Order: sequence, then structure tokens, then C-alpha cells
Amino acid sequence: MRKSKPLARRAFLSRAAAGASLLPLAGCDQGSMSAWFDNILDSAESVTRFVQRAITGRNALAPEYSEAELSKHFRANGTTDPEDSRYQTLAKKGFADWRLEIGGLVERPMRFSLAELRAFPAKTQITRHDCVEGWSCIGKWTGVHLGTVLDQVKPKPSARYVMFYSADPMEQTLDGSDSRYYESIDLAGAYHPQTILAYAMNDATLPIPYGAPLRLRDERQLGYKMAKYIMRIELVESFANIRGGKGGYWEDQGYEWYAGI
Amino acid sequence: MTEHRLVYRHRLWVRVTHWINVICMTGLLMSGLQIFNAHPALYWGDYSDFDAPIFAIGEGQSAQGQVEGVTTIAGHSYNTTGLLGLSGDPRDPDSARAFPSWATLPSDLWLARGRRWHFFFAWLFVVNGLVYGISSLIGRHLRRDLVPSSSELGHVGRSLWDHLRLRFPKGEDAKRYNVIQKLTYLLVAFVLGPVMILAGIAMSPRMDASYPILLEIFGGRQSARTIHFILAFSFLGFVFIHLVMVLVSGVWNNLRSMITGWYDIGDDHEKV
Repeated sequence: MRKSKPLARRAFLSRAAAGASLLPLAGCDQGSMSAWFDNILDSAESVTRFVQRAITGRNALAPEYSEAELSKHFRANGTTDPEDSRYQTLAKKGFADWRLEIGGLVERPMRFSLAELRAFPAKTQITRHDCVEGWSCIGKWTGVHLGTVLDQVKPKPSARYVMFYSADPMEQTLDGSDSRYYESIDLAGAYHPQTILAYAMNDATLPIPYGAPLRLRDERQLGYKMAKYIMRIELVESFANIRGGKGGYWEDQGYEWYAGI
Repeated sequence: MTEHRLVYRHRLWVRVTHWINVICMTGLLMSGLQIFNAHPALYWGDYSDFDAPIFAIGEGQSAQGQVEGVTTIAGHSYNTTGLLGLSGDPRDPDSARAFPSWATLPSDLWLARGRRWHFFFAWLFVVNGLVYGISSLIGRHLRRDLVPSSSELGHVGRSLWDHLRLRFPKGEDAKRYNVIQKLTYLLVAFVLGPVMILAGIAMSPRMDASYPILLEIFGGRQSARTIHFILAFSFLGFVFIHLVMVLVSGVWNNLRSMITGWYDIGDDHEKV
């Protein structure tokens, strides 16, 4: 994904500027005109999601590659070392004190250490990582099937989405509001056989630039869906009231929630 | 004085789909350049070998230490300052961009919005293309107007020579497309367009999972991206030649026929 922060901020700023310039014209209904227009433009996402889900198998597997096809240099997307004191403290001790918290709409909220996650059956896959920018890299990922972990905490019937909260602060906000990276996928995606919480990459402990200690691999979506530096997982019925309401850090800045394309 | 003889040349659905297509292709091309600008390099194969792109647009420094736009094709670098890599005011950091702001939709560097535009027009383009393709079959546009007869195919060389001399058929011969037009339109509408769409779909990770044949057809996702890019510029090349032909073969007559359907085939006796 490697979208530089200035770019993201720029996108946000150009939106803010567009909004501000419309204020004097509020009487002319320009604001609702542009919202109406945005809705038309954004309708393509629903069409894509609907059609792609209709013509692709729910559990169709993303292509897997051989060791010989591994990228010589796998580009680290997004942040490569989160500037977060709590995260840095955990990293210094090799994440021995790190715990994955899982809560929300579950019967049994739980906490897992890295050792406990590694004790589950491991799943290894060599897959292609597609960044929204356009590049691809092939890497080998080892982790625990997300569905296996979810079965431990027992999602309630009302749970529809799995939220991933990252330690990555992304950017400092002036008012101190939460700007940390977060993402969400639906339950069908969470139980896909290739959806794993990865703790190793290319046969080594997951390095910090790639999301240590734990990152998501969702092989049928673009890179930005695969949250790195995961600290907490929450099952929810809706993400409309979480942060910007669009289900993820980049989604709140205008990127599609459905990133299968 | 030239005699005017109007013939009904383009049916309504051909005209409507043509103009919708103009809007779609303009939007797709400009938003496509916006998306390309997010990672202005092309590769061959499944993944990106960042050290060896086959095509890249970026920034460099001249021997005098000046920032310049650099375009690299198969290892050869060219200074493209002003158009590619660096355009606009060099002091403005936003000037460092692969394709210039006048060519992208939106004009600012804004990948998220570029993708929204691209997929919106892509769906419109697909639906419009389906309407055109199906109508062509049912309405016999394909068989009657587009597929050349074997005798016509024998005159491809002659027709090409006429085009190069900018001599265009009049009278009875102008009632239908000439053989060069037929072959070009067939190629663009039934080969270039569909292959471009398929190459675009091959970039979708979700589609790759269910239809891995897409990756086999194009030789990997990054190859598909490269082919998508090349085909888009081939299409741009077609549009350029198409517009030149429209201009030199009677711009008002052509425009009227694509808007109202009626084309003036002129005086038969003036046949060249």
C-alpha cells in the first residue's frame, strides 16, 4: 500500500478545502449537489461487490506460488516502525508482554499471547500481495487461521464484522483524537481458508516493517485491508459509529471498504 | 454546385452508445492516469521487480543539479520535464508527478477518488459495450455494416492507399463503411475493448482467486497491468487517427451523421 502520509493528508485536506469553499454557497444547494454526486460515484463499489460476490466462489482460493517465485525484495506497505511508546516498549521485549485482545460481540472475550497463537495449527501460504497503488509482491506467510481463533471466543449471532485495531498511530492529530490504523472485514471473509493472523514471514518471525507481532492476511483483497501491528480485535454488528464510520483508516479517507478490486 | 443527398447512416442506438462511449473512455483514461500516478512504473510477470521496471516515470537530477522529469523505457532514460515526471512550476512540490494534472481525473494527486471515477466509468463502459455488442448481433449491424466481404478484403491495400492520400468515397460507396473502417471498428470494439476490460479484471485479487485463467492469459498480474496500460494508449492512438479522419473527411457531415443519423453522400458524379 505504501501510501505516503502527506498524500493521505493531502486527500483529506483537499476534501476539507472543497467543503470549506462550498460554505458560502450553502444556499445554492451546492453541498447536497456534491453529496448526491459522490453517492453516484460511490455506487460503483456496491455494484462491484455485488457482482464479484455473485460470480466468485465464497471460498475460492487466491493463487498460491512456489518458493522460487518469492519476491526478492518485498516492499513494506504503510508504516514501517510505529511511533508509539507502548508499541516500542512491547517491541523491545520481543513482544513477550504483548497480548491479542478479542472482544465485542463474542460469548467469551479472550486474550492471547504470541506463544498461545503459535500453539494453534499453523497455516503457511505463498501469496501475492497487491497494493492499491498498483504494485505486487509475493511473500510466504505463516499464522493461525482467523476462523480457528474466532471459534475460541464464539461470535454471537449478531456479529457481522471483525474490526482490527492497530498500534500504528499513522499521524499526530492536533486535537489528540484517535488517528490509529484500523480495518474491518466481514465474517465470511474472516472464515475464508486463507484468512490468517500471520506471525511469520518468509520462514522468520514477522519483522516490524511487515507488521510484528501480528498482521492480517486476507488474500483476496488489496493490501490496505491487511492491518499490521494488531493489538485488539472486536466483533461488531455495524461499524457506522466507529471512528469515521467507513470501516477503516483509508476507507475514512475515501478508499473502498470492499477492496477485492 | 454539389448535390446534397442525405442517407440515414447511423441508427439511434449506434449514436447513443457512441457518445456514451466517448464520455466513458475520456473518464477511464484520465482516471486511469491518476491511478498510474500512484505507482508510475510497469513490470512484467506476477510481481513487481522494483529494480527493473520496463517502464517508469520519475524524477531525476541533471548534471547541473536541477530537478527534471525522467521517463525510462527498457533501461533507456529520457528527459521529459514539462510533461512526464515534472510538470508545472518546479518550485511546487506537487509538480513532481508522472502524468501532468491536466491529464488526470481528478487533477490533484488523489488515488482514492481516481479509483472511484475509474470503476464508475468502467461499469458504464461495460454496460454500454454490452448494449452495443448485443444490438450489433440482433440488429445485424455486425453482419451488414461491420464484417467485410471477401471481395472487400481484396481491396484493403487500395483502401489504405486512399486513406493515406486522404481520399474518401462519395456517393453510393459512402453509404456504408469502407473496408479499412470496418476492420478498424471490428478490432477496436470487439478485440481491443474486451481485452482491455479483461486485463483490468485480471488485476482484481478477488477475480484472480476464482478465475486464475486470467493470470495465465496475461502472464501474471503485473503483466496484465502493463497490457492494460499499453491497450489504453493504443485506444488513444485509435481516437487520434479517428479524429483526424473525421476532420479531413468533412467534420460537419460526420458530426451531423453521428448526432442525427443523416449523412450527406454528396454527388455521385464527383466520385474520385
